[in-house]
Amino acid sequence: MKSSRNVMTFAGGIHPHGDGKSLTCYTPVQNAPLLDKYFVILAQNAGKPPIPVVKKGDRVKKYQLLAAADGAVSANLHSPTSGIVSNIRDIQGTHGVPTSAIEISADGLDEADSPFAPIPDWRHADVDILKQRVIEAGIVGMGGASFPTHVKLSPPEGKSVDTLILNGAECEPYLTADHRLMQEFPEKVIRGAAILGRILNIGNIFVGVEINKLDAIAALEHYAGDYGVKIAYLRVRYPQGSEKQLINAITGRTVRSGTLPMDSGCIVQNVATCAALDDAVTLGIPSVERIVTVTGEVVVKPGNFKLKIGTPALEAVRFAGGITEEPGKLVFGGPMMGFAQRSFQVPVCKNTSGILLIPQKQAYNFESSGCIHCGRCVQGCPMNLVPCLLSTAIEAGRFDLAAENHIMDCMECGSCAYVCPDHRPLIQNVRHAKAELRKQMNASKEK
Amino acid sequence: MTFYTALVIMGLLGLTLGAIVGVFVKLFKVEQDNRVELALELLPGANCGGCGRAGCADFARALAAGEVTPGNCPVSSVEQRAAIAMALGIDAGPIEMQQAVVCCRADIGAEEMNYNGVQDCNAANLVAGGPTTCRYGCLGLGSCARVCPFGAIEIVGRVAVVHPELCTGCKQCAKVCPRNVIKMVPANANIHIYCNSPEKAAIKRSLCAAGCIGCRKCEKLLPGKIKFDGMLAQIDYDSPDAITQEDIEKCNCPVHGIMSEKERYAVAKNAASGGKRA
Repeated sequence: MKSSRNVMTFAGGIHPHGDGKSLTCYTPVQNAPLLDKYFVILAQNAGKPPIPVVKKGDRVKKYQLLAAADGAVSANLHSPTSGIVSNIRDIQGTHGVPTSAIEISADGLDEADSPFAPIPDWRHADVDILKQRVIEAGIVGMGGASFPTHVKLSPPEGKSVDTLILNGAECEPYLTADHRLMQEFPEKVIRGAAILGRILNIGNIFVGVEINKLDAIAALEHYAGDYGVKIAYLRVRYPQGSEKQLINAITGRTVRSGTLPMDSGCIVQNVATCAALDDAVTLGIPSVERIVTVTGEVVVKPGNFKLKIGTPALEAVRFAGGITEEPGKLVFGGPMMGFAQRSFQVPVCKNTSGILLIPQKQAYNFESSGCIHCGRCVQGCPMNLVPCLLSTAIEAGRFDLAAENHIMDCMECGSCAYVCPDHRPLIQNVRHAKAELRKQMNASKEK
Repeated sequence: MTFYTALVIMGLLGLTLGAIVGVFVKLFKVEQDNRVELALELLPGANCGGCGRAGCADFARALAAGEVTPGNCPVSSVEQRAAIAMALGIDAGPIEMQQAVVCCRADIGAEEMNYNGVQDCNAANLVAGGPTTCRYGCLGLGSCARVCPFGAIEIVGRVAVVHPELCTGCKQCAKVCPRNVIKMVPANANIHIYCNSPEKAAIKRSLCAAGCIGCRKCEKLLPGKIKFDGMLAQIDYDSPDAITQEDIEKCNCPVHGIMSEKERYAVAKNAASGGKRA
């Protein structure tokens, strides 16, 4: 590595200490054995859930279409293995409420039948065919938001996009799924980025990686030159992987309040999304698998696993050798922005980057009294908001005051709550206020 | 002489201005409806907003304009409603009183999850669907008690209980509740079914020991008084033959989900003070 390289970053943010990445970042990705049953949740994408095209009792093959996209902001869903559709019913979803899912009883053969052929000559293929492939393969943002990727690939008229940024920052503590992906499958990531660049007609492609992943950077650099992709070194700082912060760090542009990254001429995609796109184009297989970090201090053998979507969290933990003691909390995603789950039966979705078990002694309850106006949250906020003011306004029921102070710009990264010496529930207050404001907005729309 | 000149000038000036004022009063006359003030006087004046309007004055204006009926004011008594209708000379409309009931016995049935976030039902309900095992039950964090303008809701242990003698039926609590567990019932009804979950019996039973299991025993024994909505028994408040205390004893509900308001409060108090659970 060159010592004089330019390390980029943004203003604000925090340094979570003891980031837990060393638990899993040195072990290679393992393939998971085939299970008897998979529970494929329909609503795996932001927007409308797809509509099932199979019914109970149908025999399906691996990669076969299970549910077709309903409208523009929706994504196809494919079967993770071959077997029989044993049921379509409501199961516990990733947001704590029951959601419709297709239950597949595997026949153990894992017989593949992809609905589309590979496009080996993607460099010269028609852009519309490549775009169509993104839609067919049901690719969604795998960083967490699960926004259908094809929507991002069609910038509206009049908006010119000149920079494509791949998000390999992985600033969330504990998670190493993207790290292992970049290190072990660098060509997939880089080639996926090049395909995206061709679809968008952009030559200016960056992969942003935090410099705590030097081995991944080395692997990526090996291929980067061949495909005309540049590597951007990023300082280790949370939330470096947030869209707006990443754009600011790499291009110096600011995504203004109320605008999209596209308005600043940038499109950001997760590295795992690029790898899935590469699979869809060069191998002709849809998005039915992803790398998931199964980790936590109570897990016997934490590691990264290639899991089929629909794998229950319980089985994923079993692959990792089980647990040493009763965990205090089960979280899908990282400790900062992940969602606590109600049950171990919740299955892995396309956006599940990690399954984190938090020990009981870490999941203890905080007592919080009142804001002491120390201003540490203001220093930590990467969006230049004033979290202490927002939360006191919300506690007083003044949602209008919170809206005036740009609460809608908050991305709920949790930096403020992390540094708050009084352990105030700042993010929960923000989520509450956002929900109330949305309710008010809908009510006024109805009138 | 000076004195007379001033007198004439001032007199003429006064007459001219007076004439102008007189003309303008005739030209720009505003029709006053004294019924608005009359209605405002007769309304309870709680300014609770339960009618959905911006306070009593706005409601009085709507009354006079014929947009609403006196029954739309949820906090007024039957006598007040009749008096308003008579004074304004309008149709009284439906004037029965209503009251709120928290149809849940989570305090003695459901297990609670470890939650120490914001003590507000709407905020708590956003965290993985809420910190109780049952998704339809009372969260007991008191959002309803805080919005009640009449102090009629008490949080007893882990669940909200309405004091019927204080409740005026203004519906503020029912509007704020994220679980829709607060139902509006006729004010003269005294006996209710305390469960709100439409879930299947097996699932409900695994989540809460006090939930209606949908055995339909009450429906068979008390035909016409109890109806079923899917898996959930409901009192038919429109029934001419009201349910009585003897009826409760007669049907002997296996989960003791049918009870009077008085008994419900006693059970909640007992559970809150560490008494026996269902």
